[in-house]
Amino acid sequence: MEEQQHPSEKKTPRDAANWAGRVDKLHVSGVSPEALNLNVEGRRVLSPLQGFGQMWQKTYRMRLPRSVATPETVISTWKERYAEFWPKGNRFYAPLTGIRPGEVGVINATQGPMRLSTGVLVLYSDDTSFTFMTPEGHPFAGWITFSAHEEGEDVTVAQAQLLLRPGDPIYELGFKMFGSRTEDKMWQHTVASLGAALGSPGDVETEIVCVDRRRQWSQFGAVKHNAIFRTTLGAPMRGIRRLAGPRR
Amino acid sequence: MQDAQVVMTVRKASDSVSVIDIEGEITSFVEDALNRAHAEASEGATKAVVLNFDGLDYMNSGGIGLLVTMLIRANRQGQKLAAYGLNEHYRQIFELTRLDEAIGIYDDERQALGSL
Repeated sequence: MEEQQHPSEKKTPRDAANWAGRVDKLHVSGVSPEALNLNVEGRRVLSPLQGFGQMWQKTYRMRLPRSVATPETVISTWKERYAEFWPKGNRFYAPLTGIRPGEVGVINATQGPMRLSTGVLVLYSDDTSFTFMTPEGHPFAGWITFSAHEEGEDVTVAQAQLLLRPGDPIYELGFKMFGSRTEDKMWQHTVASLGAALGSPGDVETEIVCVDRRRQWSQFGAVKHNAIFRTTLGAPMRGIRRLAGPRR
Repeated sequence: MQDAQVVMTVRKASDSVSVIDIEGEITSFVEDALNRAHAEASEGATKAVVLNFDGLDYMNSGGIGLLVTMLIRANRQGQKLAAYGLNEHYRQIFELTRLDEAIGIYDDERQALGSL
C-alpha cells in the first residue's frame, strides 16, 4: 500500500524564494535616514479583505515594442529605478538591499496641507513581477502588483495593478471625492515614466473594476491608525521636539 | 499572453458542495480557467466550494489576487469557500496574505467537507 504524504511534507515549491517569509509585524531597516519613518514599525500588513471601503481593481498598462524591452528588462528597470518614476511630492525610500521579498520600503508623500508617512512590505518578487502589501494606517488595504508579460511576437506589456479597499471611513470618503482620481494620475505617471525611461514613451491604458460594492463596517475602528492624520497632526509636535533638541 | 499551466477539474461532493481539483500553477494567466471552474462548480444548488490544492506546484502574487476576487464572487453567491492540500509553504502564504481569515484551511478533503 502506498504511503500517503501529508501536504506539509511535500518538496519545496519553485516559488518558495519569491515570497516574503512569515511577517507578524513590520520592521523597518536599511532605509535612508532622511526618510520620515512613521506608521510602519510594528504594524501588521493588510490584504484587500481587511480594508473598510469598496474593493477596487485598478490596472494601468502600457505596450512596449519587444525590441525595446523584454518582460525581464521591464521588471529589472522598475525595481532598480522605482523611486524615480513617482510624481513630484511623493518619495519612495527603498531598502538598501533593493526590492526583495520581505523587505520594507518607506513612503513619504505630500498632498496640499496633508502629509503622509507610511510604507510597504515586498510580498513577492520574481523576474517578471513584484508585489507590495500595505500596512495598517495606509490609505488603502491591499496589494500593488507590478508585472510584465509578452503579448504576441513583438509586444511587451508593462502594468501596475492595484487590488484594494480604502483602509477606513475617512479614506473611503476621500477616495470617492478625490483620492481615486489622484491615485489614477499617480500610477499613470509612474507607468508612463517607466516607458519613457525604457525609451518608449506612450499612452497608458487604465481599467477600473469595482470588485465588491459592500463596505466592511467591522473595520470602522481602523481609523485610529490613519497614517495621514497621524503624520499631519503629529508634524507640529515633531517640530517642537526638534527645536527643543535631544533629551538628556 | 502566456498559456495557463493548470488543469482544473470540478466534481460534486454532494448536492450542495463542489470540489475543484487544481493541478499546476496559479498565476494571473489562469483567470479564465478559474472563472470557468467556479462557474461550473456553482451550477445547481451549490452552497460551498472546496479548493483542492494537492496538485499545486507554483503560485505567484497574481494568483493570490485571483483567489481574492473568486472569494468575493463566491460570497456574493452566498457560498462558503474552503481549501485543503496546501503544504506548509502555501499555508504560510495564506497566513501572510491573510486569506486564511476568509477561507477555511484544512488538512484533507474529509476535514474540509466535515466543516461545511
